[in-house]
Amino acid sequence: MNVELPTRPKSDSSIVRPIIADCDIHPCLANPADILPYLPKRWQEHAMTYGMLPRHGYQSGPAYPKGQPDAARLDSWPPSGRPGSDLSFMQAQHLDANKVELGIMTVIAPAAGAAQNLDYSAALARALNEWQVAEWTSKDARLKASIVVPYEDGAAAAAEIDHWAGHEAFVQVLLLSRTAEPLGQRRYWPIYEAAQRAKLPIGVHAFGYGGYPVTAGGWPSYYIEEMVGHSQCCQALLTSMVIEGVFERYPGTRMVLIEAGLAWLPSLSWRLDKHWSRLRSETPHLRRAPSEYIRGHVWLTTQPMEEPEKRKHFHDIVEWIGIDRLLFATDYPHWDFDDPLWAVPVKLDDAARRALFLDNAKALYGRS
Amino acid sequence: MPKYVIGPAADLQPGQRLIAEVAGRKVVIFNLGGEFFGLFNRCPHQGGDLCMGRTTGLVEAGPEPGQYSYSRRGEILRCPWHGWEFDIRTGKSRAEPDRVRTKRYEVEVRPGKDLFDGPYQAESVPVVIEKDYLVVEA
Repeated sequence: MNVELPTRPKSDSSIVRPIIADCDIHPCLANPADILPYLPKRWQEHAMTYGMLPRHGYQSGPAYPKGQPDAARLDSWPPSGRPGSDLSFMQAQHLDANKVELGIMTVIAPAAGAAQNLDYSAALARALNEWQVAEWTSKDARLKASIVVPYEDGAAAAAEIDHWAGHEAFVQVLLLSRTAEPLGQRRYWPIYEAAQRAKLPIGVHAFGYGGYPVTAGGWPSYYIEEMVGHSQCCQALLTSMVIEGVFERYPGTRMVLIEAGLAWLPSLSWRLDKHWSRLRSETPHLRRAPSEYIRGHVWLTTQPMEEPEKRKHFHDIVEWIGIDRLLFATDYPHWDFDDPLWAVPVKLDDAARRALFLDNAKALYGRS
Repeated sequence: MPKYVIGPAADLQPGQRLIAEVAGRKVVIFNLGGEFFGLFNRCPHQGGDLCMGRTTGLVEAGPEPGQYSYSRRGEILRCPWHGWEFDIRTGKSRAEPDRVRTKRYEVEVRPGKDLFDGPYQAESVPVVIEKDYLVVEA
C-alpha cells in the first residue's frame, strides 16, 4: 500500500493561508494530576482526597455528552494523551498549519471557577494560571493566556486579577457563562472593577456549572439543545450586564462572548431598546439605550457561527453587529473546530477579512 | 482515464481502510464486506481528513414514533471534526445528500496478470501475476 494512515498531523501545503488570530484555543491537562505541582501542599491533599465538586447536582461530569470523545476532533489526540495537552502537537497541527500569529487560550476544564469549595476554587485558579505560564505562554510567544478566576467569590476573583495585572502572559479575564446568578449582579462587580483597573477584557466562554439548566425552560434532553442553548444563556447574562448597569458603572469594561453564537445579538438589542424606551423609569441608572452599551462594550467570537439558509444574509448579520466587534476563533482542539479557510459562509472583502481574522483581536488584546 | 494500482487486495480486509495517493489526491479506500469503495479524503464541509473518521451504521426512525432501525453497520463514515455523516457507497452526506457530498472513486479488483499491459500506473507498487490488486480510476 503506498500511503499509511497519518499518525502525525499534516498540513496541506498546497493552500496559501493568511496569518490569523485565534481567540479560542483550549489547552488541557494531559492528566488531572498534572496540576498538583502547581498547588500548595494543603490543596494537593484536598484534590487527591476529595476532588472538585462543581456547582451541579448529583453528577461529576458535564451536563451533556459531547459530539465526539472529550468534545474533541478525532484527529487531535496526541500520542501522549488528551487533545490540547501537548504543545508540540498543537503547534504542528494548528498554530503552524493555520498560521496563528496570536492565540488566545481559554482554559475551561477543569472549571476552577465553578468549584463549590470557594477556597479550592481560588487555589485551583491560581494553579491553572501558573501552569499556563510555565507550560504554554513561556514556551510559545504566539500564545496568550486568560486569567482563570474563582468567579463565584468576587473579592477572591478580583485578587487573582490584581495578582496577574501587568503580566505579559495574560490578556483577558475568563469567566464561564453559567454562573450562580446572572453575571450583571453585584456579587460579580469586584471582577469588573479589577478588570477595568488592569485594563483587561472580560472573556465569557459558553458552558460552566451554574446549577441551573442551560435553558430558561428546564433541563433539555439532548446535547444539540445544549449547543443552541448557549445563545439564550448568553442573552440572559448580557441582558443582566446591561440592565444592572455594569457598563455604566465600569465604563472601561470590554466583554468578549466566546463560543455563544452571534446572530442573536441584533435582535436582543432591538428588543431591549424597544422595552427600555417604555420602561426607562424602572432603571434610571441607565443613561443610554441598551443597544449603545452593547455596541460600545461587547465583542463576539465567531465559532460556531450561524449559517443562514441564504448565505448572503450573513452580510446582514455582520452589518448589524459591526465587523469591528467580531473575532475569529477556531475552538481548537474541540470537535466543532472552525477552519479559518472555510468557516465563514460568505466572501468578505479584504478589509473586513483582515479585521475579522487578525486586526480586531490584536487591537482588543493590546497586541497591535 | 488512467488507472492507478494501489496494492494487493488481500492487504485490505473487510472493515479496514487505507489511504492512497491517486493522481496527487488522497483517496480513502474502504473494504465493506469484500466490496471496495474510494472517497476523496477531504470533507466537503470544512476539510477534515475523512480517513480519520469513525464508521457507524445507519440509525433511522421507524414507521411509528419510538421505533428505530439500525442497518448498514460500518457503511456510514463520520467526519472526525464536525461529525457529518457520509454514505461510503455513494459519498453523499446523510444530512444534505444532493448538496454536500465527497467525490467517489471507482475501485476494482484486477488480477496481477492483467496489469502488465493497459493504461495502469503503479509507480511504487510491485505487481506479480499471482495476486489480485486494487485499482482506482482517476
